[in-house]
Amino acid sequence: MTILQFILWSVLKVAVVTVVMLLAVAYTVLLERKLVGRIQNRWGPSRVGPFGLLQPLVDGAKSFLKEDIIPTGVYRPLYLLAPILALGCALISIGVVPFGEPLSIAGSPPLFQIANVNIGLLVILAVTSIGVYGIALAGWSSNSKYSLLGALRSSAQMVSYELALGLSLVGVVMRAGSFNLGKIVEQQATQGMLTWNIFGGMQFLAFFIYLMAAYAETNRSPFDLPEAESELTGGYHTEYSSMKFAMFFMAEYANMITVGCVATLLFFGGWTSPFGDLIPPSENVFFDAGLSIFWFVLKVFAFLFLYVWVRGTLPRFRYDQLMNFGWRWLMPLAILNIVATSLWLAYR
Amino acid sequence: MHLLFFIVFAGFCLAGAINLLLQSHPINSALSLIVVMVSLAVLYLLLGAEFLAIAQVIVYAGAIMVLFTFVIMLLNASREERTLGSRAALRVGFPSVVAILAIIATVILHTQGLGVARLSDGITSTEELSKVLFTDLLLPFEVTSVLILIAILGAVAMAGHDEKDLHRNSERTGEK
Repeated sequence: MTILQFILWSVLKVAVVTVVMLLAVAYTVLLERKLVGRIQNRWGPSRVGPFGLLQPLVDGAKSFLKEDIIPTGVYRPLYLLAPILALGCALISIGVVPFGEPLSIAGSPPLFQIANVNIGLLVILAVTSIGVYGIALAGWSSNSKYSLLGALRSSAQMVSYELALGLSLVGVVMRAGSFNLGKIVEQQATQGMLTWNIFGGMQFLAFFIYLMAAYAETNRSPFDLPEAESELTGGYHTEYSSMKFAMFFMAEYANMITVGCVATLLFFGGWTSPFGDLIPPSENVFFDAGLSIFWFVLKVFAFLFLYVWVRGTLPRFRYDQLMNFGWRWLMPLAILNIVATSLWLAYR
Repeated sequence: MHLLFFIVFAGFCLAGAINLLLQSHPINSALSLIVVMVSLAVLYLLLGAEFLAIAQVIVYAGAIMVLFTFVIMLLNASREERTLGSRAALRVGFPSVVAILAIIATVILHTQGLGVARLSDGITSTEELSKVLFTDLLLPFEVTSVLILIAILGAVAMAGHDEKDLHRNSERTGEK
């Protein structure tokens, strides 16, 4: 494969994944509005298109057409840079996620993954940690007390929970002996559901820690203190309007999807079927590939559903409770999990 | 190809470092430092050290610099002022930096047996790296970890001390 072919394939994959990702973000918003509506005994959006299915597109058009207000007191360069940074980082991390089994046609690189990196898991963590700047700079450059308080809360929260998040993944990495997301999935796939890291791998504690930390990392309820509307009006994006606000909004949902993808890959066997080889693979390669994508999307969808369910159910934490929970509970538990897993691996 | 990448990212690195010195606002300087660190990570990657590169991004650009910006935001630090001391530092500092860099450059240029890096060179996997760290370099590695532990304990002790003082202060103001 020449360099030109490689570049063409990469551009094609990036284009397709970006479009699918943005559509997924739009429809996750609709999913949330619909589900929260049902949880609160109301309909949610139902007027635009059948079942309100066209609502995200109309919302997008609205964001584009609204007047773009830049307040006078802001520090312009960083004010403009912040939403780009937030959305960019949120979209980049999907680049190392494998969506389906490694299938390639006619000498192409694997189709269902943009980049197969040895250290894929660490790349996701690194890009997420850079994404904090989007929020921090937005809050600071807006020159407003609500934005600044939201940004301070958010960066403190993200730095604290990043630790627990990273440590919770160590058990999985030790079991697979690799940071490569594809290898981590293959290691779990031998006997379907029984060998998934969360069940057969005994990583349920790690999964619990990961889930909590991920909710805090994506600033979602019950840890949505950076944008607690009752205290901070809007949090770090109070001073943003129209498409710039929409970019923060999209970044949040894109991060949710990435978190769901990572949880699926690390704990729930990624694209592999939960029944293992009970259903024998068919003769048709493309059917199998489609099936693998079906399982992956189903698992990620389950995570998004859980996200919305939690948001519709749990009240918000207080800020000191949040910090205590992260440092005094999640981090020691994560270290305990690492020690237990390594002892078990050494004993085996 | 390797040389091209090197020149581009070394250029970013130098531009970031120079911008860091020229900017008068601390938050711009902090952001330039992030650019320097991320381009350094790319240079590590060009040398085949993937774990080092990503650790550089996660630890330095992602964690330490967030704390830097955090402090700048909290203190609301404004533009730096030029004083007599800062002017003197400028006069003495730049020539001495040039002198030190010149010495380092001559030493490196005179060193024999340096290889040439190519894009096709093998990548040092995390496994190999950890094997070296936990066998050949075990003692320095563990000593470093103890050092970091001491630093953490020191930080906790200082923070705890401050809190006690705060309580005492608030009691005092309460009496008034």
